[in-house]
Amino acid sequence: MFGKLTWDAIPFHDPIPLVTSLVVILVVLGVGIWVWRNGWWPALYHGYITSTDHKKIGIMYIVLALLMLVRGFADAIMMRLQQSLAIGASQGYLPPEHYNQIFSAHGTIMIFFVAMPFVIGFMNFVVPLQLGVRDVAFPTMNNVSFWLTASGALLVNISLFLGEFSRTGWLAYPPLSELEFSPGVGVDYYLVALQISGVGTVLTAVNFVTTILKTRAPGMSYLRMPVFCWTSLASNLIILAAFPVLTVSLALLMLDRYLGFHFFTNDGGGNSMLYMNLIWVWGHPEVYILVLPAFGIYSEVAATFSGKPLFGYRSMVFATMVICIVSLMVWLHHFFTMGAGANINAIFGIASMIIGIPTGVKIYNWLFTMYGGRVRFTVPMYYLIGFMLTFVGGGLTGVLLAIPPVDFVVHNSLFLVAHFHHVIIGGVVFALMAGYTYWFPKAFGFTLDERLGKMICWCWFIGFHLAFMPLYVIGFWGGTRRLQHISDPSWAPWLNVALLGAVIIGVGIVLTVVQLLYSIKTRDQRRDVTGDPWDGRTLEWLTLSPPPHYNFAVLPDVHGEEAYWIRKQTAIKQDALIDEPDYQPIEMPIDTPTGVICAFFASLCGFAVIWHIWWLAILGLVGAFAVFVWYAWQDEHEHIIPVEEVRANARERRRIRMEHLHTLSQST
Amino acid sequence: MRFVLTATPIFLLTACNRGILDPVGPVGQAEKIILYNSTAIMLAIIIPTMIATVAIAWWFRRGNKKATYRPDWEYSGAIEMVVWGIPLLTIMLLGGIAWISSHDLEPSKPLASSKPPVRVEVVSLDWKWLFIYPDQGIATVNQLVVPAETPVTYRLTSATVWNVFFVPQFGTMIYTMPRMTTKLNLQADRPGVYNGLSAHFSGDGFPGMEFKAQVLPADQFAMWAQGAHGQGGALDAASYAELTKPTSYGKPITYGTVSPGLFDAIVADRVDQLLLTQAAPPSAKASAMPPGG
Repeated sequence: MFGKLTWDAIPFHDPIPLVTSLVVILVVLGVGIWVWRNGWWPALYHGYITSTDHKKIGIMYIVLALLMLVRGFADAIMMRLQQSLAIGASQGYLPPEHYNQIFSAHGTIMIFFVAMPFVIGFMNFVVPLQLGVRDVAFPTMNNVSFWLTASGALLVNISLFLGEFSRTGWLAYPPLSELEFSPGVGVDYYLVALQISGVGTVLTAVNFVTTILKTRAPGMSYLRMPVFCWTSLASNLIILAAFPVLTVSLALLMLDRYLGFHFFTNDGGGNSMLYMNLIWVWGHPEVYILVLPAFGIYSEVAATFSGKPLFGYRSMVFATMVICIVSLMVWLHHFFTMGAGANINAIFGIASMIIGIPTGVKIYNWLFTMYGGRVRFTVPMYYLIGFMLTFVGGGLTGVLLAIPPVDFVVHNSLFLVAHFHHVIIGGVVFALMAGYTYWFPKAFGFTLDERLGKMICWCWFIGFHLAFMPLYVIGFWGGTRRLQHISDPSWAPWLNVALLGAVIIGVGIVLTVVQLLYSIKTRDQRRDVTGDPWDGRTLEWLTLSPPPHYNFAVLPDVHGEEAYWIRKQTAIKQDALIDEPDYQPIEMPIDTPTGVICAFFASLCGFAVIWHIWWLAILGLVGAFAVFVWYAWQDEHEHIIPVEEVRANARERRRIRMEHLHTLSQST
Repeated sequence: MRFVLTATPIFLLTACNRGILDPVGPVGQAEKIILYNSTAIMLAIIIPTMIATVAIAWWFRRGNKKATYRPDWEYSGAIEMVVWGIPLLTIMLLGGIAWISSHDLEPSKPLASSKPPVRVEVVSLDWKWLFIYPDQGIATVNQLVVPAETPVTYRLTSATVWNVFFVPQFGTMIYTMPRMTTKLNLQADRPGVYNGLSAHFSGDGFPGMEFKAQVLPADQFAMWAQGAHGQGGALDAASYAELTKPTSYGKPITYGTVSPGLFDAIVADRVDQLLLTQAAPPSAKASAMPPGG
């Protein structure tokens, strides 16, 4: 009846996961009751859960990412603590079977359920606004994408309480991940969760490629799109190319595990090298899926807070597209030590280095964006400068790893671990924190506290360097990754410094929560009434904060690269807004529970597949499909916003705009 | 603060005798030089860039009245040339280094030496290392012994999941993969005992998969091999089956005799069939195998 699921699946004898899961369950219940007691359920249900509004979906993605960041960080600090304790004679507090789950979960969660939803959240929130349109191309599908991602995150977290998570690292290399060596449900949790969230990610890419290519405001040609839209386009193109490969590689491994196939097994003619190639054909582009939108965020921040256009816009676009293409051709550098031969190693090594060229160009372009500007040292700018200082170091170690003979001695070492955290924290996380601060007022109508924001930035900056510079050193000593126990006592001081660094990052994460609560509490003093708190340059600052559901009463006419800046300058010069346009009723997609119901069935199906409960798996699959059929049979997908409402809102916005204009023209 | 204070003297004591920065053979030495040179080339670009970042951001701060505000300056062909040129030239230089060094230091390429190479066959097991010396007819577990100033040719495979064979002070590491073999050529010149490890996660016993790599002067190596031959246990089907049982943090073992063809049988996953031929009287084929073959 319940497949492999028995009472043994609950970790009664393992206090850490048991207590953690109980606390998580209590907190979730508590929040649920608190929301219900305050009567917020309807608002939450209609405003967010079933929303097809790209802005609300973007916010939900970022909330998911922040929650998962806490989980992923808890894993990180447990690992650091274990490595500081389990030295020499001591085995620390985590046995291998637990420690190995933690590092696997840390990597999986941080990439798939923190970085990805954070980046996709920004794309959702920002891209349609910057393009000057009302929503993405397929709003309902957008909601489905989010809930499928959340479904994957849910399954990963259920593994804490029921069964176990994968113990094979974040990429589950076979043959270790085959049934012969990993008979438990851990690898199945990993595979199923990623398959479900992977569907969501591919749908997102379909949605955004379509949105960017087909729905832009009148006059917004490709070379007038903000750089963030360009980098989002590049990132989504890579998703479309790379994620199907991930789906296939995981599917082949599932066939091995569930149906006795021999794709990657030791026997029956299987070849595990094939998996290594396939997974990195996805895995390396994945890095650029994350870092390209991050570069886009930096570009927006650099231009806005330097008070001048981005230097070398076309060069930036070109560099982005070069990275987009070359990123798909470098995967082999993840296994130079497989013995592929000198020519293959050298070619892939050089291809990897070539990505350094457009990346270097971008650094200089941000530098020259600041040159001749009036740089305002706001929180996003702190992150930008912190990133520029940090990322060049990560680039250096990256190019070192791309030289095959250097990789021969640092492959898989803590040097490598330090390198990819160097580029992912220094590159992606700093950008996400900058973007969070930058677009928060647009989303909620008030700014985040500046002083706390700077403290958080310093925590990340100092914490990162303390946590990872020691790992470079240990890597030089031959220290490899994923060690549950360390035999060399001389590493201890360095590991302790790394632990201290992780604690400082932890302080930053706690302060992020404090900053949010404090900013909400003092929101009346930090209202953004103008919709343009940073003196912005792109179209998202044209509308109100928070924007109405339809974003723009009339789609803006675009006359240049920086659509809003040009419009603002003309208005200041003429001391007048453009003539009031002829308002029309607006057709907007209606809310739908399709996504959340579909993801509910997908989660059921996934859970059932993990535990071999076949009747439930079929039920889940049929349920998910039935939801689609039901949705397809619906006649009404849009509702009309009457012209009176549009006009009234627009007139109010124009009045605010006019006041803002006067303050601006007085200040210049 | 306490961490930093204790860290400094330990670093000074150990940094000059550690890991890949203290290679004991030509391969590791060459890799260290490439590491240093490439780092220096990149630092020459990166340090000025970092200084310029801070300097430009600070000089053009909003409050600085002396800085010229150029709100519309967004393009300069000359600067574009330079910003594409600098990374391009750097990468061309480093790309050249990568191409040449990949060929020079290709793991399967035999090392130039007047001495014939010593052959070692390496098998990773759960979670220990088996080293077979086909020419000496002996085998060891978790203890690699090689002659100094003599090239060593390794053939490697795994009897279980993937691992990586790595002695940091020797240089190049390489994967051991089930049902496949990889080749590696290394040489150690300085006698001593060095740490070896698996540099690829392979399951619960992975941290205990360490071994000692002992470099002996050539004459002592010959004495050691002779002394070991015929002593201790025999590595045959039964003792190999015993070895494949998962254990970790294993003590070194020496086997005085080894069933011929064991390595190839492991690669082919046919150790059980090797036993059948073993049960028969020693065949002429096994004893007549030429030492270099």
